[in-house]
Amino acid sequence: MSQSDPKLNINSSVRQNVFVRQESIAARQPPIPTRGVLAWINDNLFATPLSGFVTLACIALVALVVPDLIRYLFIDAIWSAEDGVPCRVEGTGACWAFVERKLSFFVYGSYPREMVWRVNLTLLMGALLVGWLLIPRLPAKRLASVLFFIAYPVAGYWLAYGFEGVLPKVSTNLWGGVFVSLLVALVGIVMSLPIGIVLALGRRSHMPIVKFVSIVLIEFVRGVPLITVLFMANTMLPLFVPQELTPDRLLRPLIGVSIFTGAYTAETIRAGLQAMPKGQFEGAMSLGLSYWQMMRLIILPQALTMVIPGIVNSFISLFKDTTLVAVVGIFDFLRAIEVARLDPVWAGPSLSTTGYVFAALFYWVFCYSMSRYSQNLEARLAVGRRR
Amino acid sequence: MSDHKLTHRPHIAWWNDPFYRGLVYQLVLLCVLLVLVYEAASNASQNMRARGIPTDFGFWFKTSGFDINLTLIDYGAASSTYGRAFWVGLLNTLLVAGISIPIATLIGFFIGIARLSANWLMARLAGVYVESLRNIPLLLQLLFWYNAVLKPLPNPRDSLVMPGVQITQPDLSTTIIASLMVLAGGLLLRRSRAMQGTGTLLGNVFGSVLIGLAILFWLFGGALLGLANVGLLHLSGSMGVFLNNRGLILPEINLVGGALELSIASLIGLGAAFVYRAIARERQRQTGKQQAVALIMLAIIIGVPLITFGFLDSHVTIAYAELRGFNFAGGVRVSPEFAALIFGLSTYTASFIAEVVRGGILAVPQGQNEASAALGLRRGLALKLVIIPQAMRVIIPPLTNQYLNLIKNSSLAVFVGFPDLVQVFAGTVLNQTGAAVQVISITMAVYLVVSLFTSLIMDLYNRRMALVDR
Repeated sequence: MSQSDPKLNINSSVRQNVFVRQESIAARQPPIPTRGVLAWINDNLFATPLSGFVTLACIALVALVVPDLIRYLFIDAIWSAEDGVPCRVEGTGACWAFVERKLSFFVYGSYPREMVWRVNLTLLMGALLVGWLLIPRLPAKRLASVLFFIAYPVAGYWLAYGFEGVLPKVSTNLWGGVFVSLLVALVGIVMSLPIGIVLALGRRSHMPIVKFVSIVLIEFVRGVPLITVLFMANTMLPLFVPQELTPDRLLRPLIGVSIFTGAYTAETIRAGLQAMPKGQFEGAMSLGLSYWQMMRLIILPQALTMVIPGIVNSFISLFKDTTLVAVVGIFDFLRAIEVARLDPVWAGPSLSTTGYVFAALFYWVFCYSMSRYSQNLEARLAVGRRR
Repeated sequence: MSDHKLTHRPHIAWWNDPFYRGLVYQLVLLCVLLVLVYEAASNASQNMRARGIPTDFGFWFKTSGFDINLTLIDYGAASSTYGRAFWVGLLNTLLVAGISIPIATLIGFFIGIARLSANWLMARLAGVYVESLRNIPLLLQLLFWYNAVLKPLPNPRDSLVMPGVQITQPDLSTTIIASLMVLAGGLLLRRSRAMQGTGTLLGNVFGSVLIGLAILFWLFGGALLGLANVGLLHLSGSMGVFLNNRGLILPEINLVGGALELSIASLIGLGAAFVYRAIARERQRQTGKQQAVALIMLAIIIGVPLITFGFLDSHVTIAYAELRGFNFAGGVRVSPEFAALIFGLSTYTASFIAEVVRGGILAVPQGQNEASAALGLRRGLALKLVIIPQAMRVIIPPLTNQYLNLIKNSSLAVFVGFPDLVQVFAGTVLNQTGAAVQVISITMAVYLVVSLFTSLIMDLYNRRMALVDR
């Protein structure tokens, strides 16, 4: 503040240069509409030149791929044929006739055709029970889980495999297709829950040896690929047991898959256990409940409900992983497609694509609907915990 | 609980004392485990002896006698051992992982960010990518790429040929035309920036067409400029790139002489570029002026070895593949097994990485977005400077899991016949020697070690990232 009055100086200089506008300002462009189709396009597709360029590039991509795809899958496709001859004609699309003719092979493998009602019944029972368990509105979940986790495996086994004197036995060598894929997935989920619960409790236990054994098992299984676990179940397991106890060819990968999924489920359940407020444990203990009573009545019901989305997610990856059992010679859905597409009666240039697209559709519908279910459930569960 | 000590323990029977109970439980568990292990071991040795399976690791030093079609180290069926085959398989697995992980990361980040884009169409397409790929089994995708896409390609005689450009000498008129095209591209891009200022729908549409044209001009002009100046490609009609059911065949480029000098020059260039970056950053810190870092770094990294090359008495030879009889001779071949595996693994894992990235970006508080917009940062810069660095802390742990999954999933190579660790060792070696227990234990141990090692590295990186937190 060396000068006497700087404020006054500025004011006087401004006053000298004062400018008052005489004419009116030119009319501006009307504002960009904020509602309607054009506004939407402006906001979401052409917000800036760069965004507009991206839109154009995306449209070009779609225009390049989608018409050809539709032509291949629908317009040029062969919908009915006796054998592969029409499908081999140059320029034809997917050979859906092949899928139609081979459908029963894809679903049942080599299971005797006159007895497939047994497979159908088994799968239907499974579907009903799973639906009962997963749809939150339906009552008596406890009964449903007893039926699903205990009664259903036994009944399903008798139905599909046969029961002395009532139903003739069908060797597991004949089992195949979607049936085996679903079987592996169902056994995996049924077995993985108890394994997962035990391992998760073990990992959170205060007993050092129990904890150590659980950690080693979980981390070992999670650290190796499923293929090696399947190899191990297939080649090493028969060596570890006395020869007369050698497990069935189909049973071995089932054991491998169960342990594998069990380890992943254990980590999911552990997350649920860790998320339980301490007060629940303390409250249970102050009521004088024993460890198992506390877990069974207080902790697990809450923790498991909390992690159902996680369990469904691990079931999705299990369902995708069932394709790997082909490596130990199990005839699952994908393997059935692999065999069928090489059938000389049908073999042709479009057959591989047709088979794979069909399989992809099957797996996609299953996995996508399960993931939507899990997202829904997550949102539903979050409602109760939202503050 | 430990706040107040009881002055005297209430008298309880020892079998009701949790400490002794735990001890008993653990002893029982230990005994059961020991019995199980002992039973398994004695059964195994009995069964193995009964079936004539080797029980030791002697097979490791025996001659393998089978061929492997991709070997990174010297290997011959007649001269090499099973142990050598193991190393070949392991290196192939690591090769697949090493190539797929960066590709998957790039695609994954791109798709993950695209899914959150303000551009509706791009966000939808990214969503379609993620939801379709991650809900279809990887094995199915691999088989599709291999059996339905790569295998039905024509045989070598009818290969798809990538068309080449016929330029014999560095050509002045082509150079001028190409330079003009690049220049025109730049002008068009400038013009499109100006269109952004109009803020109208029509202006933006027009601007986006301009960008498209600019990119076309740059691509064609740049490629033409490069070809015209290098003048290397004096081929009639083909660049020596062929695609057929034996794979992708590329010309083999070899450096004759001067390898040592060039690698030293490259290292010096790399070092100089980073020194330059440090200087530029320091200057920016002091003066506040932004320095052109990326372009100059690129120029240094490419320029130093290029100038050195000019002074050296060495040259580059290009061996083009030629069709001899039923197959190609010369050149480098990328086998369809390898291509299918890399492509399938990368695109599949990318769909998971995209979700991880999306989650990470969404976890950054909205205020950070708004603040960077208030500072005048464009969306790209905001992502690069503000959002992604913070999102990385959330992203890294699940990203590590995806890398581990990719490494484990590379074992699916066995289904398309690519010689990775599982196919070579747990497949062929196991079948030939029958040493199931040893072979599978070694294979599992390798994956365990790789998993643990990767977790360790990512953990270290994660710790470095976390330290930035204030």
